[in-house]
Amino acid sequence: MSDSTDEVRAYTVRLELVDEPGELLRALGPIADNGGNLLSIFHERGNVTPRGHIPVEVDLEASPDRFDDIVDALREAGINVIQAGSRRYGESLTVVLTGHVVDTDLSDTLSRIHETTQATVTDLSLSAPEGTDDESSARLRLATEENERRATIDAVRAIADEKDLQVIEPLSGGDQ
Amino acid sequence: MRLAVLGAGAVGSSVAELASEYGHTVTALADSTGAAADPEGIDVAAALDAKREGSHPGSADPDDALAGEYDVLVEATPTTLGDAQPGFGHVRAALERDRHVVLANKGPVAERYGELRDLERASAGTVRFEATVGGAMPVLSTVEDFGADHISAVRGVLNGTANFILSRMAAEGLGYEHVLAEAQDLGVAEADPTFDVDGTDAALKCVILANVLRGNGREYTLDDADVEGIEEIPGSALELATEDGQTVRLVGEVTADEEVRVGPRLVPQNGTLAVTGTNNIVQFETRHAGRLNVSGRGAGGPETATAVLADVGRLPEL
Repeated sequence: MSDSTDEVRAYTVRLELVDEPGELLRALGPIADNGGNLLSIFHERGNVTPRGHIPVEVDLEASPDRFDDIVDALREAGINVIQAGSRRYGESLTVVLTGHVVDTDLSDTLSRIHETTQATVTDLSLSAPEGTDDESSARLRLATEENERRATIDAVRAIADEKDLQVIEPLSGGDQ
Repeated sequence: MRLAVLGAGAVGSSVAELASEYGHTVTALADSTGAAADPEGIDVAAALDAKREGSHPGSADPDDALAGEYDVLVEATPTTLGDAQPGFGHVRAALERDRHVVLANKGPVAERYGELRDLERASAGTVRFEATVGGAMPVLSTVEDFGADHISAVRGVLNGTANFILSRMAAEGLGYEHVLAEAQDLGVAEADPTFDVDGTDAALKCVILANVLRGNGREYTLDDADVEGIEEIPGSALELATEDGQTVRLVGEVTADEEVRVGPRLVPQNGTLAVTGTNNIVQFETRHAGRLNVSGRGAGGPETATAVLADVGRLPEL
């Protein structure tokens, strides 16, 4: 038996970097050094803030304790942390749909998720090794409010049921 | 204690084999075709040899085992759904004679929990069933020690066959049918693996947990569980999960809202719940002590027999 406090969650950190070579790398160091797992980096090169800084959005996974350490380390390194945590985006939720994902009109599936939930589809990956008219799988990343998590999954399930797709949902009650 | 063991499959045979090591005497070993019975203790090795060679452990009537001399009836016949017979009838017979009962058979506790508890209240005997959830792992005794009121939710990987299949699919990029055939060759999956892969086995274990956790309130049966299996999961789903640092596990839950759910879930690839191979894990959410994990071997003859014998050791003297 062991107890465990390694509950990993997804976080979004919004940074504003000085427009100098090496700044992005310098910003990512404290994340890796403190045990954060980088999920994605959105580097808005063309979108400069009025101060001439470059906004960068980093998605990462970490336990809540480690996440606090990461934010502290970023600030200590002199990086501008504009937003940290799950406040802005609530929760990032990943589901995998399997079955005849493509020939049941994937784009209709996505638009209906948009229409019937508060969630936004932020990422989509498709794997159809047998071709798109056979069984395939799609992984969706949804940005949703924390208290909308269950409702979002239920709505996705309702759409999937209608199209005879199976939903592999993330485990509720935190990410183990 | 004197044990009468009903069921001479992997679990029943192992209980009989290990009983003397735990200081107990086996007074009967029976399967559905025959029994060896002796109030002074049977020759276990001879009965098991007879079972291997002649397909039944002895020439006595199986009913003689149930009616014979024992302190504890070990019910290790195959799990049946619905009326949970003949297992339930065996339990009733032993309790009506004021004997103890230790179950490895999930049917009576998953399908007729309320009736079982009523019979127990009317009897001098006690019913225990640690072996029905998570094989060798101390799952129900952990609930008992912690107190059901101090546990808000339980989740876990409770079927080794399904877990083996999902781990192999993810690790080797193989399809479901291929890995299932491999599991059957290795003896990990039974010839008919339906209950393992369609989620029924994991659901029965969760239903039993729910009954124990909510013992004084609602009674659960398999019909109350929301169950999905893994038969339809393509390799591509595991591939997409892996790309995202996750994997798929057949997870059973008794949620804080008192729902019983079993289905394939995304879990972090290196997370606590992503046990590999035939391993099992149960995770308790406790009210005052955070999260507690128990992991180990969730099936197998000697493994499950240790849970049966641990229960025997917890029984009061009659």
